[in-house]
Amino acid sequence: MPRKVAADSARAALRDEMPGSVVPAVELRGVDKRFGRVHANRDVSLAVARGAIHGLVGENGAGKSTLMSILYGFYRADRGEIRVDGRPVAIEDSEDAIAAGIGMVHQHFMLVDTFSVVENMVLGAEGGALLASGMSRARRVLERLARDYALEVPPDARVGDLSVGVQQRVEILKALFRGAEILILDEPTGALTPQEAEHLFRILRRLKAQGKTIILITHKLREVMEVSDRVSVMREGAMVAHRDTARTSIPELAELMVGRRVLLRVEKGEARPGRNLLAVETLSVRDERGTTRVREVSFTVREGEIVGIAGVSGNGQSELLEALAGLRPAFAGHILLRGRPLGEGSGARRSEGLAHVPEDRRRMGLVLPFEVRESAILGYHDDPRYRSAGRLDWASVSRDTEEKMRAFDVRPPDPRRITASLSGGNQQKLVLAREMERDPSVLVVGQPTRGVDIGAIEFIHRRLVAMRDAGKAVLLVSAELDEIMGLCDRILVMFNGRIVGEVPAGAASERELGLLMAGAGARSRALRAP
Amino acid sequence: MTATATGPAAGLPRWAVIGLLPVLNLLTAFAVSGLVVLLIGEDPWRVVRILVWGAFGFEEAIGYTLFYATNFIFTGLAVAVAFHCGLFNIGGEGQAYVGGLGVALVCLHLDFLPFALIVPAAMAGAALFGAAWAFVPAFLQAYRGSHVVITTIMFNFIAAALMVYLLVNVMSEPGSVQPETRPFAAHARLPFVHEILAAAGIRVAASPLNLSFVWALLCCAFVWLFIWHTRAGYRLRTVGFSPPAARYGGISPPRQVLIAMLVSGALAGCMSLNELMGVQHRLLLEFSAGYGFAGIAVALMGRGHPVGILLASLLFGALYQGGAELSFEIPRITRDMVVVIQGLVILFAGALEYLFVPALRLALTRRHGA
Repeated sequence: MPRKVAADSARAALRDEMPGSVVPAVELRGVDKRFGRVHANRDVSLAVARGAIHGLVGENGAGKSTLMSILYGFYRADRGEIRVDGRPVAIEDSEDAIAAGIGMVHQHFMLVDTFSVVENMVLGAEGGALLASGMSRARRVLERLARDYALEVPPDARVGDLSVGVQQRVEILKALFRGAEILILDEPTGALTPQEAEHLFRILRRLKAQGKTIILITHKLREVMEVSDRVSVMREGAMVAHRDTARTSIPELAELMVGRRVLLRVEKGEARPGRNLLAVETLSVRDERGTTRVREVSFTVREGEIVGIAGVSGNGQSELLEALAGLRPAFAGHILLRGRPLGEGSGARRSEGLAHVPEDRRRMGLVLPFEVRESAILGYHDDPRYRSAGRLDWASVSRDTEEKMRAFDVRPPDPRRITASLSGGNQQKLVLAREMERDPSVLVVGQPTRGVDIGAIEFIHRRLVAMRDAGKAVLLVSAELDEIMGLCDRILVMFNGRIVGEVPAGAASERELGLLMAGAGARSRALRAP
Repeated sequence: MTATATGPAAGLPRWAVIGLLPVLNLLTAFAVSGLVVLLIGEDPWRVVRILVWGAFGFEEAIGYTLFYATNFIFTGLAVAVAFHCGLFNIGGEGQAYVGGLGVALVCLHLDFLPFALIVPAAMAGAALFGAAWAFVPAFLQAYRGSHVVITTIMFNFIAAALMVYLLVNVMSEPGSVQPETRPFAAHARLPFVHEILAAAGIRVAASPLNLSFVWALLCCAFVWLFIWHTRAGYRLRTVGFSPPAARYGGISPPRQVLIAMLVSGALAGCMSLNELMGVQHRLLLEFSAGYGFAGIAVALMGRGHPVGILLASLLFGALYQGGAELSFEIPRITRDMVVVIQGLVILFAGALEYLFVPALRLALTRRHGA
């Protein structure tokens, strides 16, 4: 009898030990998934410990999103097993995932802008035919969650009126409201200011302290290093490494992601700025609804320098870019190239030597259903070089496109492929090739590396610096502070349509830029403005 | 060349979307038609035999099939050109109808011109009037944002009312109660193909097939050249796929909308050459007889490509001609039954064109994945 008790207690001790250290909260075993000829996940295994923040990193197309979509029930794996708390579960759709305690915060929020926070929370979990009971329950839960996790949100505010950072909290709340124990966050800091990102990390740490398990999909290695306990790296559909965050480094992770050594810092020499090329004078721009989005903005860009515009997206950068490119009329003010006003319309600007790489290459910079060679002449289709006997000379377009593709390492260099079939990085290189190979004097670039792989980022940055060194003026708008700080010679910060500060790149600290971006820079502007 | 389709059939190889899918759709339509035939107690195989024989079995039948096909080519091309600019032109019917007014005005009032001048003048009249009828919906779409589907449907009704008014009150022959104009002069008619061949010493059976068939084939080539090999076509397709990309490329979407609709209307208008100058030799009520609407199915089935449209037009022409023969041979299969079969083809090839995409994707990926 006593012997049996002892054995039982030994087994119990073993069991007690297991949940914390041995049985993972989520485990994927041998997951394999193909889409036609694309092998998106190759025998992938991943174990995430309970109460941990687990980073999942990899380039675009490495299979992170597919893997998480399988976990969340958007796709079904061809092979493999999912275990939650050590038990195999069948996840056929997102309802099964929610039932298993898995919640997901998507990169692009799934919120109804015209609903209030509470209404969004109960969406899909209304609880009964009448709204009132579900809503009041949601309100109570909301208050408790806000207290426990620093997830402050105004419960009755219209979601559309909230800032991106607060909207993201609503998404997290939605998942928690549905009883999520395991939270997947897909590129959560893409649209946040550094301060908002910091707040998010505070929330995540708090969630972790309460025993929640968090999977963080990201391409920002710095954030993984900052917030995660363990990191898994995927490359070309396969899991290539698992590391304890404390025992790895950014260069190691980058190398694992890309499969070769990568240069994370932009290598560039001293800028040698020359004469003023582009001058913007008290420019104001309105949007379609008549709201002023750019307010009396003035700046210059000189030959041989890269000027960056930092800011949280939605503070007028996009409208400024479009006005410069001739896609949006200036409501007031002037845009001068070499002291002369630029012509109207994007066609005129292009022929006057102002090239534009738009922020949204998929919607604007390329025509995705077109063949690559057709996308490669967008905006330059009237060039007589592409014409013979009044017809478009596709043979010459093909030759020209293939040259550009080779010069910019667009793979595969086949001008007859469909544009949409290129990866994000190759699409972006195609746009850059089209705009840069014409030898423009001013290049206006929006988000040059958004959704682009590390390897391609390195290439794109080198080309932009080479352009600067060839004496061209480059204006760069980017949501990536790292990119702005690494690449630019001068940094302008936009907030609410105005330029609220100018910082020489060498002197810029992330904290200072973040404060300016958040609109807390009135004093700082007084200090910095020339 | 890598070839995967985009859109609803994304991921499928292009050959499957262009070749396999229409054939599957067609076979399904025929299978369902066969069931309907069985239901009324006829033998489907006999029906198929009569249908094919009626469309291609003898010289006269072929002539009729090609004659009908001519109408479908014009209206199919019209829908396709607009479609390449992202527009759904439902107004082919009205544009063809009003195009007939242009033909009649030339043939009735410029008949002092010799044959060699009156033919191009009538062609211009057909195209110009068809385009003019497309202009108002096009303008409203381009510059005022009124949806072209709605306005072109409305303009079909206006065209019908206008033509009734003109034929009853203005253009009918004095002393006649028929709502139609006087016959065109002998030299204001397009020669029949059997007449042309007879002049060359080749004897074929008489049919309404006339010179406009050649013009229809030329239009196929013209549309192919225009859409894929000119800057104008490039601009038009850019707008069709992505208006923001067009604006970025310095292309004005409203302008392209206008151009696409005018070309579309002109092509639809040309249909009236075949009916009026080719066969009826007068302007009469409702000669457009639904060809404008059928053109939508033809364009969809032909996937907007002139070669596809040519093939789809032949199919529809054969269904028209073979169907007429069918209701003659088997009285229990009425004219309406033939319309049902045509409707099923339109349903499966047009409206339900992507019905088999999931099945096809499964079948093809399984094979590749193995």
